[in-house]
Formats: sequence, C-alpha cells, structure tokens
Amino acid sequence: MLVLFYLLAAVSVIAALVVVAARSPVTSVIALIVCFLSIAGHYVLLNAQFLAMVHVIVYTGAILILMLFVIMLLNMNEEVEKRKPLLARISAVATGGLLLLVLLAATRQGLDLQAPASFNAGVGLVKNIGNVLFRDYLLPFELSSVLFLSAMAGAMMLAKKDGTEHINLPPSSEPEEA
Amino acid sequence: MEDVVTAIRVVPLGHYFVLSFLLFGIGVAGALLRRNILIIIMCLELMLNSVNLLLVALSAWYGDAGAQVMVFFIMLVAAAEVTVGLAILVQLKRNAEGVDINQLNRLKW
Repeated sequence: MLVLFYLLAAVSVIAALVVVAARSPVTSVIALIVCFLSIAGHYVLLNAQFLAMVHVIVYTGAILILMLFVIMLLNMNEEVEKRKPLLARISAVATGGLLLLVLLAATRQGLDLQAPASFNAGVGLVKNIGNVLFRDYLLPFELSSVLFLSAMAGAMMLAKKDGTEHINLPPSSEPEEA
Repeated sequence: MEDVVTAIRVVPLGHYFVLSFLLFGIGVAGALLRRNILIIIMCLELMLNSVNLLLVALSAWYGDAGAQVMVFFIMLVAAAEVTVGLAILVQLKRNAEGVDINQLNRLKW
C-alpha cells in the first residue's frame, strides 16, 4: 500500500513538473490529465470512492477535454511561447520553493498527527456523502446550480462573436482608428 | 472493513501534507513562470487539486464527511471558473491576437 502511494505520488509530481515545463500546450494538457488521474488514484487509496469518480468525470472528462478543444480551436499548438527573462524565471521558481518551505514549516506539527481512536473508514462512500450532502449542505448544493447557470450564460456571452456590425464587410474596409 | 481502516492508515498523514504542498508549490511556480494564459489556468487547477487532495486525506483520517462535500463544491466552482476563463481566453485570442499574458500589461494601470 505504501509502495502504491509512493508510485502515485511520483507520477503526480513528475506530471505536474511536465505541465509547467512542457513547451507545447497539448503536452501540458496531457500531463495534467495524467496528474489528475493519479490524484484520483490517491482518492481511491483514501477510500473516497465518490470523489474519485466525480474527479475523473469532472476534471479528466470535462475540464481538460474542454482545454484540448480550446487549443484545437485556437490553433495554439504551433506558436512558440516566448520565455520570460531569466531573473523572472529564477524568482518564480524561488517563490514556489519558498512557499513550499513556509507551508511545510507552518504545518510541521501536523506531519506526525495522530488520528483519533474512533474511526469511520466508510466516510467517502456514496451513501455517506449523499446523506451529508443532501441533509446538511442542501442549500449550497442548490445554490451551486445558480452558479452554473450564470457561468454558462456568461461563457456564452463572452465567447459569442460580436461581429454584427462588420459581418458583411471585408476586414480591410475598416480603417484603423486608434 | 477492517482491511480498509488499516489500508488508509498505512500511509502517514504527513506524506499527504508533503505531496499536496509539493503540488501547490509547482502550481505557484508554474503560474509565475509561464506566459501562456492557458498554462496559467492549468496551474490554477493544479493548485486547487492539491488543496482537494489534502482535504480528502484529512477527511479520511478523521472520518469527517463534511470535508469531502467541501471538495465537491470546490470542484463545482473550478468547473464554472474554467468555463468562464476559457471563454475569456477565446475572446483574447480573437481580439488581442494572442494568449500571451504580457499583452495584458495595460490592465495594470
């Protein structure tokens, strides 16, 4: 079991590094898919079955495929991203590393936490989560549908082509006015 | 069920702390390092997921289902956020001729 954890952890960390380091956006998305699948494996190890399934469906199935669609739509694979200046890159990596250090130092007492004696291992099962979700968190759950509706409307409004005024004109007929 | 209990507790909780902080640090470094807006959105997702992982680990260890419901809500919010972010990205590509974050310098003033 511990070996499985180390394997999954190595896969997620390496895939996350590939996400940051890859030159092509498609490689980044594929690496992020691998990383999220390994995180779903961690959820299975923790016996959070409901979240593991939702994670695979929502992230791998919806969000990352949406990102792949956007890359395909925008034809982004060919363009080479310019690098930031060396100082900015060094400071970015240093910021991430220092944040890691600070977080580890802040929670160093949590690193050897002892779990309570009474222990319910079936907490992540669908039945349990459903009970808690629809009893204690019913109102936030219903409100999230409003969030989704507004996100959907907002995305459609944002992504709509506003080409009504020059839809029939060739692009060169409009003079550049800045 | 005893097998599951022992299986969960084989991995020390500190390991999950370290792993999730590693992922979070990589996400922060990537968001600062890259100039492609899509990669920055992906790094944001990575950070959200590292937090989710820590919440699930703590929830499994302490037997509290509330944290897992919170992870569920974080996933919902992330999905909504990505939808709107990608719509903005498409508009940027269409109107500003690129997805480079440096082209949005004028938003600073």
